[in-house]
Amino acid sequence: MFDIDRWREIFQSISKNKLRSTLSGFTVTFAILLFTLLFGIGNGLQNTFKKQFAGDAINSINIWSSFTTVAYKGNQIGKKIQFKNDDFTFIKENFSKEIQTISPRNQRVVEVVNKNKKDTYTLRGVYPEFQFQESAEIIEGRFLNYRDINEKSKVVAIGRLVEEDLFGQLSAVDKQLKVGGIMYKIIGVFSDPGGDNEERFIYTPFTTMQRLYGNTENLDEFGITYNPDLSINEAIAFGNKMLRILKEKYDVSREDQRAIGLYNNASGNREVSNMMIGLGILIFIIGFGTLIAGVVGISNIMVYVVSERTKELGIRKAVGATPKDIVTMILQESIFITAISGYFGLILGVGILKVAGPSLEEYFILNPSISTPVVIGATVTLIIAGVIAGYLPAKRAARIKPVVALSAD
Amino acid sequence: MIKIEKLHKSYPIGKESIHVLKGIDLHIKEGEFVSIMGSSGSGKSTLLNIVGLLDIHDEGNYYLNGELIKDLNEKKAAILRNKFLGFVFQSFNLISYKTALENVSLPLYYKGVSRKERNEISMDYLDKVGLKDWASHLPNELSGGQKQRVAIARALVTKPKVVLADEPTGALDSITSNSVMDLLKDINNEGMTVFVITHEEEIASQTKRIVRLKDGVIVSDELTKAPKTPLHV
Repeated sequence: MFDIDRWREIFQSISKNKLRSTLSGFTVTFAILLFTLLFGIGNGLQNTFKKQFAGDAINSINIWSSFTTVAYKGNQIGKKIQFKNDDFTFIKENFSKEIQTISPRNQRVVEVVNKNKKDTYTLRGVYPEFQFQESAEIIEGRFLNYRDINEKSKVVAIGRLVEEDLFGQLSAVDKQLKVGGIMYKIIGVFSDPGGDNEERFIYTPFTTMQRLYGNTENLDEFGITYNPDLSINEAIAFGNKMLRILKEKYDVSREDQRAIGLYNNASGNREVSNMMIGLGILIFIIGFGTLIAGVVGISNIMVYVVSERTKELGIRKAVGATPKDIVTMILQESIFITAISGYFGLILGVGILKVAGPSLEEYFILNPSISTPVVIGATVTLIIAGVIAGYLPAKRAARIKPVVALSAD
Repeated sequence: MIKIEKLHKSYPIGKESIHVLKGIDLHIKEGEFVSIMGSSGSGKSTLLNIVGLLDIHDEGNYYLNGELIKDLNEKKAAILRNKFLGFVFQSFNLISYKTALENVSLPLYYKGVSRKERNEISMDYLDKVGLKDWASHLPNELSGGQKQRVAIARALVTKPKVVLADEPTGALDSITSNSVMDLLKDINNEGMTVFVITHEEEIASQTKRIVRLKDGVIVSDELTKAPKTPLHV
């Protein structure tokens, strides 16, 4: 129940005892401020890590072919291994459970001309799934779709920097572009978190590329993303199994490291995720430690507050305050101070992170921030600590005989 | 009003225990003005603390306003104190960050009286002790005599049955002492039971009945011949 009289009593006690109130408030403000800053910086470090590894989908596997380096089953050293379309069909059908997306990829460097501007870029023939594998995002227009694949359309999606290089400030969508001497229609422009190189790619339907360049069934690379439900170990086993099957099919020795290559992000992921876990533990320990320090601080202050007020409490008891009156008064006061100063620390901390955040990027701290529930949780923890810390001495003070309290100095 | 039968009280000091009150029998009727005399260590403060429900006795019976005080918990004691008793202490015991008016109205706050009513009643009592103009002053802006008068106003504000004064003039000079005693006499003349503890003959002689305490027992209990309005020095 809201009791205006009780609040008036508490406000008076707070405002007339400024030093005491400021001391206890400062402890809480400082604890929450430190907590917010450390937690925010920790999160910033984590963000940096995430960004470093976010260039491609984190669950991607790439497979490519090259020349043999070990003689095996009648194959001499230096034989070119060449995948075909049926390899794609085979992998897609046999590993449907393990595969999230799969796309073939052929690429070649071409000269690209728009009116009087020209430059060389990499043209990649892919399936629509490739957008997901590259984490590419469409800025304007659209990416390739299966209609383009089936109709072998002469369309391209170009990187943001290709548009900038060749079209300047103008929009490239729906314009024609001469790529390797053939006219294509631009259907979309994309950005890619992988950086400048990846924003200078030009994507065309895989089928179009196969038809225009040699009209073959040749396939150079596979881009695969594995089912995210797979554990890291399962994902690694899946990659190794594909490699073994392909090596057997093309009579490549198991010892040949070059003829067929496979890069599995899962093995990198293991290291990164271990690092993230380590960082998480570190952040947790720092945050927890700060909170503990805050709890100890507020506990000490509460003990001090109660002992300082022993005489006042004795007077109050002599004029008719019940033990409950005493305990509620002290607790209400401590909760009020803790909540207000905790909030102040939170505002201060979030403000500092906002202001200082951008200048911290060079120290590998990206977008340092802290989620509201975490801070509120921390403040509530401190309030509860304040209550527990205040309750015991308050209870003791309420039980002390007024005669003893009155003779205290 | 106050009836005490065979009251005993001991305080443990280390392993030993000191027997402070050794069987006190005392009966104080409504409207009496009683002083308890005794040197320090005679047990007079202990007696007042027990009478004031600030401490509990070991043996014997204590009736306050006809009610047997027994198995008293803190909450019940607080309510009884608030209802029946007003305290005046030697060291005034005012809350330092509260004004004279707020100090006087504190017992009413714990009684649950509304703020407006509290302030009106308290102002009346401050007026009665001659400190109306000092209502908004803090205790450290008041003289010793003024502080004690604020404390008396605070003791009276709940209209108690008994005012208990523990060495009320102990920290005051003789002129201020007399003015405080005059105030207590006025209160008594209005019908209030007043119970004073002192070690000064001069103070005790201004009350109507003197009970002398020595080593935890009552050695004498007699009415004084003091005139109702004593000569001022």
